[in-house]
Amino acid sequence: MSPEEVDLSTAICGVHLRNPTMLASGIVGLSGEVLARVARCGAGAVVTKSCSLKPRVGHPNPVVVDYGAGVINAVGLSNPGVEAMVAEIRDARELMGEERVPIVASVFAHSIYDFGTVARYISEAEPDLIEANISCPNVEEEFGQLFSSTPYVAAQVTRRVKSSTNIPVIVKLSPNVPNIAEVAKAVVAAGADAISAVNTAGPGMLLDVESARPVLTNRVGGLSGPAIRPLAVRCVYDIANAVSVPVIGIGGQSDGRDVAEMISVGAVAVGVGTAVYRRGMEVFRHMTTELAELMARLGIDSIERLRGRGLPAGAPGRPGSDA
Amino acid sequence: MIPQMSRITRVLFENRSVATFELDACVDAEPGQFLMVWLPGEGEKPISIMDPDPLTITVARVGPFSTALHQRQVGDAVGWRGPFGRPFTVDGRHLLLVAGGYGAAPLHFLARRACDAGISTTLALGARTGDDLILVDRFRAIGCTTVLATDRGDVGYQGFVTDAILPDLAQFDRVAACGPEAMLYAVARMCWDAGVPAEVSLERYMKCGFGICGQCAMGDKLVCKDGPVFDIEELRHNRDFARFTRTATGRRVSL
Ligand SMILES: Cc1cc2nc3c(=O)[nH]c(=O)nc-3n(C[C@H](O)[C@H](O)[C@H](O)COP(=O)(O)OP(=O)(O)OC[C@H]3O[C@@H](n4cnc5c(N)ncnc54)[C@H](O)[C@@H]3O)c2cc1C
Ligand SMILES: Cc1cc2nc3c(=O)[nH]c(=O)nc-3n(C[C@H](O)[C@H](O)[C@H](O)COP(=O)(O)O)c2cc1C
Ligand code: FES
Repeated sequence: MSPEEVDLSTAICGVHLRNPTMLASGIVGLSGEVLARVARCGAGAVVTKSCSLKPRVGHPNPVVVDYGAGVINAVGLSNPGVEAMVAEIRDARELMGEERVPIVASVFAHSIYDFGTVARYISEAEPDLIEANISCPNVEEEFGQLFSSTPYVAAQVTRRVKSSTNIPVIVKLSPNVPNIAEVAKAVVAAGADAISAVNTAGPGMLLDVESARPVLTNRVGGLSGPAIRPLAVRCVYDIANAVSVPVIGIGGQSDGRDVAEMISVGAVAVGVGTAVYRRGMEVFRHMTTELAELMARLGIDSIERLRGRGLPAGAPGRPGSDA
Repeated sequence: MIPQMSRITRVLFENRSVATFELDACVDAEPGQFLMVWLPGEGEKPISIMDPDPLTITVARVGPFSTALHQRQVGDAVGWRGPFGRPFTVDGRHLLLVAGGYGAAPLHFLARRACDAGISTTLALGARTGDDLILVDRFRAIGCTTVLATDRGDVGYQGFVTDAILPDLAQFDRVAACGPEAMLYAVARMCWDAGVPAEVSLERYMKCGFGICGQCAMGDKLVCKDGPVFDIEELRHNRDFARFTRTATGRRVSL
């Protein structure tokens, strides 16, 4: 089999992707023009930076540092607000023209109620999918716990977002929980159409030993990149063992092999973050070429055949199983 | 790469609001590249490399971070990571450098490399008043011819530096510029018209500095990674050049 014969197309909730590589949220995707450029670089779909009802400046610099094994960030969900993001999404779609790839709008809020409002507002831009980033603190809760921390709260957010839009909803989970499968089950029961996993791990901390100060002004930040890949693979494995909705695997993928690994544990597509800077925006084209070559070598001619090979027989996330 | 700490070995005040800091470090960099300079507790900002060895930066006091830096003295520690970004091209036989304000800093590094390579180099420097013309002696010391312009006319040509050099543009086979965006646009326009190859160094609000966060988007370019130095041909159809910038939230606003 030659790489050209491999069918790389995939789908999320009926939305067709020419290949399984997607831009991850918060990675270069602030502007419509850059989103369109990422599409030109070969991405199967693009995800916007997460936006909230009001603009946010985020944490003061330093906010992102590469520590070799990975990246630590505490950008603090800075974003221009949902109104500006609606305009950026429209701009992206217009600039993509004929070469249009699906656009996923990522949203977050600090209360369950606002999650619904921001989802309704972003729907005006008619994104193909909405991704609810629930790895952010719930200010209505005494300790500001993340919405993603407890299955019950994650389900409440999901229900609120689902009742606010007709666009399919992806819920993005945090790996920083004792049992991610339980959270996945809860959000699916609450109506999530798809799941993406994972957001950054940790939080972690990095010190400058001379000044003995944390390098990030926020002191702690989320970890991404190759350092978290095995963690992300395990999370997706657990999720695909528990639910049958499409899963977007994210965390540390740098090349075609890593994409194949993620799809083998049940993902229908793969979000690419840290590698976009390490290998440049052309990473999407490189990854799909590498993936096609690898699949051809393995004699696997479609994403559907690759998917879930590493899952136990009968796992809900394995094609053909009707859990 | 995580920030490293270096000590200040020398501080030179160029005028009442600009100071040059020499550090006990050297950096393997190309002219036009920049560093993210970190003062623990005060923040981190993009600053151009004025000289790589010893590592030297020239900073204008414009707000909280630069004011804090100006209060640092010899022996104090300054953190930095980098170099980042795409550098200037060192090429041609007659190079014209056009600088406004602290834009002279990265062009000083370029001038040094160009003069070392035997390229005849002219610096055209513009500022509000004679006191705002910085680093002039350093450029002369490395062998540059200088053309000066001030708004007030107290030193050199009275008016825009771009108007001062326009009549002589044909003598140059390459132009490099750094300064306020309106000046860079004027440089780009005259070089587009005259067909002279030119590069300009741009600024946008930066967070990561290495192409991951998207904050510094200018059109479809990321200034920290695709730039800060751009060939003017890449900017011909850029919707943001000299028109729009982005605030710290990422909102696109008119310049
Ligand atoms: C590639 C690049 C190279 C630069 N080189 C130099 C240099 O060699 N010398 C020099 O004096 N200045 C340089 N600057 C500008 C310098 O980063 C800002 O002047 C400095 O950050 C001001 O911080 P502040 O707290 O003192 O002032 P603020 O009051 O915070 O800001 C004053 C001005 O600086 C801009 N600014 C603030 N924060 C940032 C940021 N994170 N990224 C970009 N711009 C910012 C603001 O938009 C505003 O216009 C450079 C900027 C860039 C993008
Ligand atoms: C600088 C930076 C900003 C991010 N911003 C967001 C964000 O706004 N929303 C979100 O859901 N995830 C955000 N993430 C997480 C990524 O989307 C992704 O889940 C994570 O980085 C793991 O993937 P990677 O290892 O491929 O980078 C961000 C990550 C980084 C490094
Ligand atoms: S500052 Fe983050 S991409 Fe340029």
